[in-house]
Amino acid sequence: MTDRTVDIWGAGTPHAKGTVWPVRVDQHLDPGVTEEQVDRWVHSACLLCSNGCGCDIAVKDGRMVGVRGRASDEVNHGRLGPKGLYGSTVWSHAADRLTRPMIREGGALVECDWPAAMGRIVEVSQRLLREKGPLSHGFYTSGQLFLEEYYTLSVIGKAGLGTPHMDGNTRLCTATAAAALKESFGADGQPGCYADIEHCDTIFLYGHNLAETQTVLWSRVLDRTRGPHPPVLVCVDPRRTKVAEEAVRTGGVHLAPRVGTNLALMNGLTRELFEHGWVDDTWVAEHTLGVDELREVVGWYTPERVAEICGIDPAELRRAARIFGTGGAVLSTVLQGFYQSHQATAAAVAVNNLHLLRGMIGRPGAGILQMNGQPTAQNNRECGADGDLPGFRNWDDEQHVRQLAELWNVDPLKIPHWADPTHAMQIISYAEEGSIGFLWISATNPAVSMPESARIRRILAGEQCFVVVQDLFLTETARLADVVLPAAGWGEKTGTFTNADRTVHLSEKAVDPPGEARSDLDIFLAYADAMDFRDDDGAPLVKWRTPEEAFDAWRAASAGRPCDYSGLTYAKLRGPTGIRWPVTEAAPDGTERLYTDAVFPSATEYCETYGHDLLTGAAVTQQEHRALRPDGRAFLKGADYTPAHEPTSEEYPLLYTTGRTVHQFHTRTKTGRAEPLRRAAPDMWVELSPADAERLGIAEGDMVRVESPRGSIEAPARIGRVKEGAVFAPFHYGGEDRQANELTMTVWDPVSKQPCFKTAACRVSKVRAGGRR
Amino acid sequence: MNLVTYLRLARHAEQTFADSLRTVGRGHAKHPDVLFICQTLAKMSDKQARRLAPIVDRYGSSAASGDVEEPERLHAAGLAEVRTGPVGLLRDLQDLHVLGTLVQTTWTVVLQAARALRDDELIELCRHASGQNSRQLSWLNTRLKAAAPQSLIAA
Ligand code: SF4
Repeated sequence: MTDRTVDIWGAGTPHAKGTVWPVRVDQHLDPGVTEEQVDRWVHSACLLCSNGCGCDIAVKDGRMVGVRGRASDEVNHGRLGPKGLYGSTVWSHAADRLTRPMIREGGALVECDWPAAMGRIVEVSQRLLREKGPLSHGFYTSGQLFLEEYYTLSVIGKAGLGTPHMDGNTRLCTATAAAALKESFGADGQPGCYADIEHCDTIFLYGHNLAETQTVLWSRVLDRTRGPHPPVLVCVDPRRTKVAEEAVRTGGVHLAPRVGTNLALMNGLTRELFEHGWVDDTWVAEHTLGVDELREVVGWYTPERVAEICGIDPAELRRAARIFGTGGAVLSTVLQGFYQSHQATAAAVAVNNLHLLRGMIGRPGAGILQMNGQPTAQNNRECGADGDLPGFRNWDDEQHVRQLAELWNVDPLKIPHWADPTHAMQIISYAEEGSIGFLWISATNPAVSMPESARIRRILAGEQCFVVVQDLFLTETARLADVVLPAAGWGEKTGTFTNADRTVHLSEKAVDPPGEARSDLDIFLAYADAMDFRDDDGAPLVKWRTPEEAFDAWRAASAGRPCDYSGLTYAKLRGPTGIRWPVTEAAPDGTERLYTDAVFPSATEYCETYGHDLLTGAAVTQQEHRALRPDGRAFLKGADYTPAHEPTSEEYPLLYTTGRTVHQFHTRTKTGRAEPLRRAAPDMWVELSPADAERLGIAEGDMVRVESPRGSIEAPARIGRVKEGAVFAPFHYGGEDRQANELTMTVWDPVSKQPCFKTAACRVSKVRAGGRR
Repeated sequence: MNLVTYLRLARHAEQTFADSLRTVGRGHAKHPDVLFICQTLAKMSDKQARRLAPIVDRYGSSAASGDVEEPERLHAAGLAEVRTGPVGLLRDLQDLHVLGTLVQTTWTVVLQAARALRDDELIELCRHASGQNSRQLSWLNTRLKAAAPQSLIAA
C-alpha cells in the first residue's frame, strides 16, 4: 500500500451510478509485523471520525498492532483512511499512558490507588449533595465513549443524582445536526444513508470539507465523480478545498460566502426555488407545515442582495439554485462550516427546507446527511448523556418522563425536566461562578477544544469547582484536575457505537488496558456503587454489570422510540456489517432510509421537541405545538439573516475561522502519538488569502501573529485557498501560543447552543520572516 | 380622538422596551446569550416604533382640536440599570417581561380600535407587532425557566 498520509484517499475504484461501491481492503500493520505473525483479528469499527468504518484489530502478543478494513461492511466496503490506518492503535502502547489514578495533594497530582481516588470523589460528591443538592453536579462527556457508557452515565446523572447539567463535547461538533433534524422533522435521526451517494445526481456540500473530515466517504464520492454518469457537486465553503475543486471540475459551483453569512445564502437559494416553480406544491401541501411563512421570510433575498451580503457572484447563486431545483436526486451533506458558524441551526434547517420543498427525501439518492463530527456523537444524543432524554424523549412531555421513571423505577420528579437541559457552555459558566462545585469530564480535552480557551483553563484550575478527569493520557485538561482516572481506550473494552448514518457497530475488547486503567463503564459503575444509588424499591439503581447487559437495558429504553434498538443484539452485530437503526421486529435487518412514507415523527405526543424560534431560541410550548396539529408533517422553518456577533473593525479587520486537517483528530490525544500522522501535520499554521498576505507583506512560511480581542497565537503562514478577508487556523494543536481557540468567542447558536468557532474578528501581523516549510 | 394617545403610548412603550432590553443585555454581558438576544429583541421593538411614526402623524394631524396630550402617568418607566448576580439576572428578565406585557396589551387595545376604524395599515401593523412581541416574551420565559432553579437553589 502507498503512503496514505500522502495518497490520502487511496486508489480509486470508479463505478457507474446505481451500482454497488466496489470493495477495496486497506490494511496497516506496525513496522516489522507481518500478516502471518498476527495472533488474531478482533471485530471492531474505527473510532477516529463519524464515518465509523468497519474494521478488525490485529492483535499480537497481547498488543494491538494494526487494523484492516472489513470488506463486507456497508459503511466502508473495506476501506480505511490515513487516520484509521495509522492512528487507531499506536497510542495504546505509548509510554505516557495513564496507568494509575491520581489526586491533587498540596497543589500537585500524585499517583494513588482506586479506593483513594474514588473515596475523594465520593466524599466531595456526597458533601455537595448534602449542602446544595444535585444542581451542584455537572458532567461533561465526549463523542468517543460507547453507547453502554453513555446510557449508564445518563441513568446515574438523571435518576441517581437528578441533575440536568449533563452535556458532551458533542455540543461543539453535532449539536446543530441534532437541533436541525429535530426542528424540521420532530426528532433526531439521519433521514438518508451513505448509499445515497451511489444513487444521486447531485451532491451539495454545505460547510463540509468532506475530503479532510471523513476521508473514506470522500473516496466514495470520488468513485462516483470519476466514474460513468457522475454527479454534479456544489460546494459552499470560504476556502478553496479539494471539495471546491471537485465541484468546479464536475461542472458544479463553488460558492464562497463571507464567513458568518451562510443563512443569507440559504435564504437566497430558497427564494430561487419559489421564484422558478421548483417546489413540489402537492407534496409540500400534504407533508409539511409553514410554507407560506417561509416564502415570506425569504422573499427579500434576491440573488443581488444575497450576493452583496455574502460577497459572491449572483449568477453563481442562480446556477447553484438551478442545479438544486432541477436535479433528479439531490444529496445534501452539512458540517461544521454551518454548525459552528453564525445562525447555525437556521442555516442547517434551511438545507432541510430545500429538500422538503422538492419532496426530495426518503428515496435512494435523495438524502440529507446532517453530519456528525465525532464517532459516537449519535449515541450521546440517543442515550441522553448530553442533555437530551434517552430515546429521543421530550423533556417537556410528562408522559415521556413517566416512561423513563417507570423504566428506572424512580419518582418522575427525580428526573430533571423543568427546562431545556443545560448546555456545555452554561455548565462551564456555572462552574465558573461555583454553583456547580463538582464537574466530571470524561474523554475530552476542553482546555484546548472550547472557545476562549484561556478562560476555560482558568475555570478548571480554580478552587471554586472540584474537577474529575477520566482519560487515556495526562491531557491539558487532566493536568488541571483534582482527580485523574486512567481509562481504557478503544480495543481495550467492549461496546457499541453508531455513526452519522445510524449504522451501529460492535467494537470488541482486543487487549487488556495498561496498569490499573479501567473501562469507562466500570468507572461509572464503581461511582454508582460507592454512591449507593437506589431505585424506589431500595434495589440498586443501575442493574447491569457488563457491556452486553447495559446494551440490553438500552434496547428496552429505546423501544417504541425513533431510535429503536429493540431488535438488535450483540450476536447480530457480530455479523458481516454494521446495522442501521431502527431495528425492530418489523425491520429485523435495520432501516436504510427514514421517512420513506413521508410520515415524520412530529406528532405532539411523539416528537422529541416542540421546536424553537430559530432567531431567538425561544421554546415553542406544548399548547402552541398542539394547535399547529403537525400530525406527522415536517416543519418548514425560516429566519432572517442577521450580521455576525463580532463584526470586523479597523482594529480587527479580518474574519477568523477554524477547522480541521486531514491527519489529526481533535486535540491529537491519539493521532498526535502516531508517527506518520505527526510527521504529516506536525504543527499549527495559519492560512491567509494571497491578496491579504500581499497587503500585509507576508510570504509563505513567515511567522505571523494573529490577534483577536481575546488573545493571540503565533504560527507560520500558509498562503492559499482561503477567501479574501478570512483567516483560517486548524484547532487540533495545544500549547503555548498555539491554540486556535485562544481567539474564538464565548457565544453560541440560540437553538443548538453550539459555540461559534467560525466567526470572530482578528488582525494579522508579521513577526519574522521564515523559509518555506 | 383618544386613539392617538394610545398610538403614542405604543410607540413609547416599544421604545422603552427596546432601551431596557439593551440595558439588561449590556449589564449581563458575561452571559453572551443574554447580551446578543436582548440586542436582537431590541431591534424588533425599534422597528415597530419606527413603523408607528407615520401612523401617529396621520392620526395626530387629524385630531380635532389641537394636540391630545398623552398623560405622563400612562408611561412605564424603563430599566435604567441592572442588578447583579444570578438572582439579579432573574429579576431583570422579569422586569423586562412586565414591560413586554404592557407592550402586548397596548397593541391589543390599538388593534381593537384599528378594526373599528377599518384601518388596514394599522391592523396589519398591530398583528405583526403583536407577533414579534410574542417572540420576545417567549424568549424571556424560556430564559427565565432555564435560569431559575440554579439561581434559587445552588447559587
Ligand atoms: S474515515 Fe473516519 S472512520 Fe473511516 S478510517 Fe478514516 S478516521 Fe476512521
